[in-house]
Amino acid sequence: MIIALIGNQNCGKTTLFNQLTGSNQHVGNFPGVTVDRKEGIIRKHESMQVVDLPGIYSLSPYTSEEVVTRDFLIKDKPDAILNIIDATNIERNLYLTLQLMELNIPMVLALNMMDEVRSSGNSIDVKKLSATIGLEVVPISASKNEGVSELIARVEEAGRLHLLPKNHDFCRGEVHTAIHAIKHIIEPKADAIGVPVRFAATKLVEGDQPMLAQLGLTEYEIDIIGHIVDNMEKVMGTDREAALADMRYSYIEEVCEACVHKHQETYEQQLSVKIDGLLTHRVWAIPIFIAIMSLVFWLTFGVIGATLSGWLTVGIDSVTALTDQALTGLNVNTAIHSLIIDGVFAGVGSVLSFLPTIVVLFFFLSLLEDSGYMARVAFVMDKLLRKIGLSGRSFVPMLIGFGCTVPAVMATRTLSSERDRKMTIALTPFMSCSAKLPIYAVFSQAFFPKYAPLVMISLYVLGMVVAVLGGLLLKSTIFKGNPVPFVMELPAYRLPSGKTIALHMWEKAKDFLVRAFTIIFVATIVIWVLQTFDFRFNMVTDSSQSMLAMIGSVIAPIFAPLGFGDWRASTALITGLTAKEAVVSTLAVLTGAGNSAMLTPLLAGIFPTQAAAYSFLVFTLLYMPCVAAFATIKRELTSLKKAVVSMAIQTGVAWLIAFIIYRLLLLL
Amino acid sequence: MTLDQLKTGSSGIIISVGGSGALRRRLLDMGLTPNTKVYIRKVAPLGDPIELHLRSYELTIRREDAANIEIDEVVDG
Repeated sequence: MIIALIGNQNCGKTTLFNQLTGSNQHVGNFPGVTVDRKEGIIRKHESMQVVDLPGIYSLSPYTSEEVVTRDFLIKDKPDAILNIIDATNIERNLYLTLQLMELNIPMVLALNMMDEVRSSGNSIDVKKLSATIGLEVVPISASKNEGVSELIARVEEAGRLHLLPKNHDFCRGEVHTAIHAIKHIIEPKADAIGVPVRFAATKLVEGDQPMLAQLGLTEYEIDIIGHIVDNMEKVMGTDREAALADMRYSYIEEVCEACVHKHQETYEQQLSVKIDGLLTHRVWAIPIFIAIMSLVFWLTFGVIGATLSGWLTVGIDSVTALTDQALTGLNVNTAIHSLIIDGVFAGVGSVLSFLPTIVVLFFFLSLLEDSGYMARVAFVMDKLLRKIGLSGRSFVPMLIGFGCTVPAVMATRTLSSERDRKMTIALTPFMSCSAKLPIYAVFSQAFFPKYAPLVMISLYVLGMVVAVLGGLLLKSTIFKGNPVPFVMELPAYRLPSGKTIALHMWEKAKDFLVRAFTIIFVATIVIWVLQTFDFRFNMVTDSSQSMLAMIGSVIAPIFAPLGFGDWRASTALITGLTAKEAVVSTLAVLTGAGNSAMLTPLLAGIFPTQAAAYSFLVFTLLYMPCVAAFATIKRELTSLKKAVVSMAIQTGVAWLIAFIIYRLLLLL
Repeated sequence: MTLDQLKTGSSGIIISVGGSGALRRRLLDMGLTPNTKVYIRKVAPLGDPIELHLRSYELTIRREDAANIEIDEVVDG
């Protein structure tokens, strides 16, 4: 039995899904869009499979989340719909319910957060509500796991006995006439393609283009429908969309009048207003936000992340040392020895090195997201990002990009629109990640000892400027047209559940390991092969004889116009693809410096002028991110082609800007 | 007057929602329908967007979008 779990954003849908399935879930994608499709088996009910659909407010045909949900409900025909609604915010939540009821699929309503309703002295007459809207209604508290087993039983029953929504009688007057007239016209065609006729009729009254196309009506039929709607609009003195929204809300108001007894806003809502008095305060909002994000960064990339990474390094190093000894003891062939130590172990090490950051960062991010604070950040920061065609929602993922592109791109998943997700993913790599910092440090020391801080800041600013220009460009080209409207709910603050956070961290860590492992691993091995052998597959002792050095020499002329045509520079850029830190270590090896401290004086041999050195930094800042980031971007864009194209564009942009800056610097 | 002209702390009753396409539909879907009472809770620190209270929840929309919503100011809170 397949159950579709549907509800608004912030109604506790994810919490309920986690309660139903536990860790027994997996995340996939709806085909062709970057919209999550989570599935799981209900615990102790092996035959019941739940599909967690995106959090939406309506079944309008505008956003990919809504379209995906509609298509799933109409084409995949789940056995039952489990519609979860927030009882503290029942009016707006029932709006989606009314649209779902028209789909003619067995359906149960879960009235979530009933504990908050009760504890605030309010009440909802569940029996009456159920009788009025003709649905089984189960009061629950997903976070406290109250009423969930009762809910499962009712859903199972509804699916098994095919208990359809009983009431369609929520249209009035002219709208009623129009819906029923259109129903008669389209019935044969809707039945033929398996679209619920009532749903189709309502959508046609609303002027839903995809539905019109789907039904394949004749010109004559379309004409009649047009007349019916025109007539309705004329009599009602309003347009079709407003008429239907008004019809639904009027009906909901009647239902609430009869069934909901509300003396006051819930305590949680009252408390939220007070908390917002500080967190979205005119003066304090931004300083508090900066403080919170600094703390998150400090803990993630400094304290906790660094400690965990340290332990991990110690662990990997000791295993590596042991293996190294064993291999030496066994007199293993040097090539295989090197493959295991410099290839395999280094590869595994570089994959694992991302883990602490991802786990710790997503702990904080889900804390901020689930508590409701992220929506406030979007509210506070919206104005800054609007000009480049994004909304405040994208601010945090882009900010995380300064730490590491990998979790930043993963964090775009919380953005509520596909368009914003794609655009944010495209721009995030321009935020200078922390792995590039050692490169800036070494170069500043070598070439600009007096202006080191200025050079570093200029690079960070340059990255942001390029992102802004990129945003403006994307906005007016690929992502032209319909930006998703920024009409966002500010949910009440709630304590996030430990379970949800733990599952979220686990999901991200697993996701990264599964998806990124192969790509990073293969890349490390490839680089190892290129570094270790020449083209006759003899092991090289002098690194300048390796395949990598040869490839570096071949592509070096590409960088000559940027001021650094030396093969060692291009070789370092190639190894930088495995991890940006590798740029410095490769330069150290290739110049024979041994370590980066001795590298400083030798760099002048590769970069003849300060302009060339700066140009190299600019290129390093902007060219394609490391393979771990690439793997994540590919995963989030769900397309290898798009990921490759976006990397190619980025590298092209890097070349162009480094070229312009180099030429300008030479003029000075 | 339009919703964006309403001062923080005051309320209005929606007369009509203008505009078109996805944005207008979203506004209607979120409950900004005629005859609904809307209270202006606050303005974001940078002056935009604004936070509304309606149908017992908090909603934020941009000023330029609020300008599409025709309202009658409620004089007495």
